[in-house]
Amino acid sequence: MKYADEFRDKTIARGLARAIGAEAESQSEYRFMEFCGGHTHAISRYGLEDMLPANVRMIHGPGCPVCVLPASRIDMAIRLAERPEVTLCVYGDLMRVPGSQGKSLLTAKAFGADIRMVYSTLDAIRIAEQAPNREVVFFAIGFETTTPPTAVMIRLAEKKWLKSFSVFCNHVLTPSAMHSILESPDIRNIGRVEVDGFLGPAHVSAIIGTEPYEVLAQQFGKPIVIAGFEPLDMMQAILMLVRQVNEGRHEVENQYSRAVTRKGNRRAQEEVSDIFELRDQFEWRGLGLVPHSGLKLKQAYAQFDAEMRFAMHEVRVADNPACECGAILRGVKRPVDCELFGTVCTPEIPTGSCMVSSEGACAAHWTYGRFRDYQLRRA
Amino acid sequence: MCLSVPAEVAKILPDDMAIVSIDGISKEISIALIDDLAVGDYVLVHVGYALARIDPAEAERTLQLLQELGSEGQDLQS
Ligand code: SF4
Repeated sequence: MKYADEFRDKTIARGLARAIGAEAESQSEYRFMEFCGGHTHAISRYGLEDMLPANVRMIHGPGCPVCVLPASRIDMAIRLAERPEVTLCVYGDLMRVPGSQGKSLLTAKAFGADIRMVYSTLDAIRIAEQAPNREVVFFAIGFETTTPPTAVMIRLAEKKWLKSFSVFCNHVLTPSAMHSILESPDIRNIGRVEVDGFLGPAHVSAIIGTEPYEVLAQQFGKPIVIAGFEPLDMMQAILMLVRQVNEGRHEVENQYSRAVTRKGNRRAQEEVSDIFELRDQFEWRGLGLVPHSGLKLKQAYAQFDAEMRFAMHEVRVADNPACECGAILRGVKRPVDCELFGTVCTPEIPTGSCMVSSEGACAAHWTYGRFRDYQLRRA
Repeated sequence: MCLSVPAEVAKILPDDMAIVSIDGISKEISIALIDDLAVGDYVLVHVGYALARIDPAEAERTLQLLQELGSEGQDLQS
């Protein structure tokens, strides 16, 4: 695949690993958080951690939209799907996420709820066009990457006069979450997150640009390097972070310049700001209520807002107390530190959301990392 | 869900749609979020939408830099 395979060259990766090893000062510790689930997945898949020196550690952050969705929002979606007049369209990743009673959209579907898996928001529009007598609701979720496609969909629905189409909006914003990781009252309970720098999201940044991170890098004195998702992209970005730490800098640098600019995709930003506005706060699994971190539809589009249309209410629920997702999302603990990991909680029957999505820290470790643990134990 | 792939624009269709080719497989996607796309351009595709154009010159520059950094690393070993 062009623009992918060239960035997977093993020899160059080894060279980069040596360069990182040579530049990382042996008496220092480098802890870098990759914010994005795509990075978590790639790090596990390509075994990048094995290539890094022991004092350079990657911390898996909360960058998977499925993993940070609280159980209460899943409960709301299930209650909605159980209404006989409703067809609920969802991205496949969401189907197995457990709500508060262990119930998921998949089990609701098995009991007869009309739930359809879609690949794209365009599929949801098609379903709505084909079923004008049903209330078709799209379960919108995701960071800045998936928000513009939802915006385009709402515009299309308006243009096509889809009267019984609406959106259950769960879109969230990356910079506010990064902010909350570095500074939030919860830190006292979970333990301080020790992060020396961030591997910034690739595709989120393609939309919002690198500019929104500048204030974070300044305010918290942490370097941020925007990195692509291929292994060489990440290795180069880690080297750039090591250099910044060594030189005492905390800037935003852009490794992924082939797709990311400082200002991002203006057209996508405009679509989003035309249709959405900030919520005062939104609950993130593991991070709690994060101010100004979620989006809702503007008043002008209220007719498409499923929460208004169906008078949906959010009932906050506590997460399974044994599930360590909260601490894992903040990089304070690792999947293996959770006593449910691999016993009660597996990708087939996940307890927490980090195990559900292939981009979650627990699922990535289950799929690619266990063998590595085994080898380490034997060594 | 956040995974997306680079794809080559093969045909521009009406209504902001296009056919792209991903490793030889054709797919219809929306290009409503990107202005002035042309056949032969590369884009990042995510949940059925082109999200960003891939800049070939920047890709080339990154590759060159990677080669250099990689071979510096090689020299360290020898
Ligand atoms: S292993 Fe399962 S229960 Fe434990 S933190 Fe991960 S997702 Fe939660």
